[in-house]
Amino acid sequence: MTDDQRSVPIRVLIAKPGLDGHDRGAKVLARGLRDEGFEVIYTGLRQTPEMVADAAEQEDVDVVGLSILSGAHMTLLPRIVELVRERGMDDVLIAAGGIIPDADITRLKETGIAEVFGPGTSIGQIARYFREHARQRA
Amino acid sequence: MSDLAALLDAAQTGERRPLARLLTAIESRSPDVRPMLPQLFAAGHGAHLVGITGPPGSGKSTLVSALIAEFRRRGRRVGVLAVDPSSPYTRGAILGDRIRMMEHAADRDVFMRSMAARGELGGLAATTWIAAAALDAAGYDPILVETVGAGQSEVEIARLAETTVVVEVPEMGDEVQAIKAGLLEVADVIAVNKGDRPGAPRAARQLRAMMSGAGGRFARKPPPIVITTATSGEGVAELADAIDAHRSTARSPTQSRERARNQVARALADLALQRAASAEGWDATLDAVASRELDPVTAAERLFDGAM
Ligand SMILES: Nc1nc2c(ncn2[C@@H]2O[C@H](COP(=O)(O)OP(=O)(O)OP(=O)(O)O)[C@@H](O)[C@H]2O)c(=O)[nH]1
Ligand SMILES: [Mg+2]
Repeated sequence: MTDDQRSVPIRVLIAKPGLDGHDRGAKVLARGLRDEGFEVIYTGLRQTPEMVADAAEQEDVDVVGLSILSGAHMTLLPRIVELVRERGMDDVLIAAGGIIPDADITRLKETGIAEVFGPGTSIGQIARYFREHARQRA
Repeated sequence: MSDLAALLDAAQTGERRPLARLLTAIESRSPDVRPMLPQLFAAGHGAHLVGITGPPGSGKSTLVSALIAEFRRRGRRVGVLAVDPSSPYTRGAILGDRIRMMEHAADRDVFMRSMAARGELGGLAATTWIAAAALDAAGYDPILVETVGAGQSEVEIARLAETTVVVEVPEMGDEVQAIKAGLLEVADVIAVNKGDRPGAPRAARQLRAMMSGAGGRFARKPPPIVITTATSGEGVAELADAIDAHRSTARSPTQSRERARNQVARALADLALQRAASAEGWDATLDAVASRELDPVTAAERLFDGAM
């Protein structure tokens, strides 16, 4: 299903959990997805897993995109999945982007992260993935 | 009971996810919303609907966040709708107002929703209004609606709100002022934000002089002007007081009737357009206007008479 066939744009939350202070990548992604026809809710830096899940709940997004640079991904990302599912959002697609070792990617996918995009991924690829895998709405 | 009616019931108990899903249906103009509108509006508690508008970057979202904190201190549950424009070409949008309000994300008594204008015919004002009714049914009061004060539709939202706060900043050039005059006309309260910057008192004085000369919506007395610093919270309690104080003014018989008129006019224009656009002869009539066989006013009249 292409975006044009959907009656409404796909809503994506882009969040930057963790403590590192750069969000240039997340902002480029947010703008790129906007240009691809998505409605992008951008929540900025240093989000706790609770803040991300609560924002996803209130915004009723189709996709949660987590941009993460370093270190804490093995604790933060599964925790966010858990909190999002706890709030009843079973059909929300949760994906991550950042520099994450292959071994960790396998384990993250087991916890419910649908896909992990490495640094070289183009916005077009990400957009295509979201369109193909985001829940269908009436 | 329809799915949406069940969501409305659950939203009224204070659950957030059903309210969020109800807002999605309203926002996407789901056909299931129409039959439940009487129930939705009847479930309202009469929340104070406050529009917050002003030029891009004037600090609206930061001020909304500071107002949330102030109203929470006063024991109120606060609803927020933040509207941003959609690209007419891609239909995409960046909804960035939430960044400034994240400190309230986990507060169960604050509900914040970002909305894209989605550029549908008459869509912005119509759906925002109904979304506000849903927040009202869920028991939030006040409901703060942030819109960028950059165009006609935003001024229109201001007209639908009971109290409109226009957020200005100290550094206003003369040309900018002229553009903003239309916006100032809809102001019930003016916040001169970024009060930490030099020139705020001067800007407030200039505005006061301007406003006492200008006739407003109801030829009323000039709106109060409050200097705020959204980033520190200074002046925000005074702003909240001014908003609260305007509530009873907004509910005078004259103003209630004026707003009812605006609401019905909005709904009527919407309905007429929707019916005409789905009526037989719409395409042919547009073709006739395009080829100059028919003038647009006569075309509209025919479509209106046919559709009603
Ligand atoms: N110095 C100072 N800066 C402020 C104040 N209020 C907001 N800002 C800053 O102004 C910038 C814009 O603030 P926002 O709250 O995003 O403004 P906005 O009007 O919501 O912006 P748009 O929604 O994009 O139109 C941010 O960098 C804020 O930190 C203030 O009182 N003083
Ligand atoms: Mg804003």
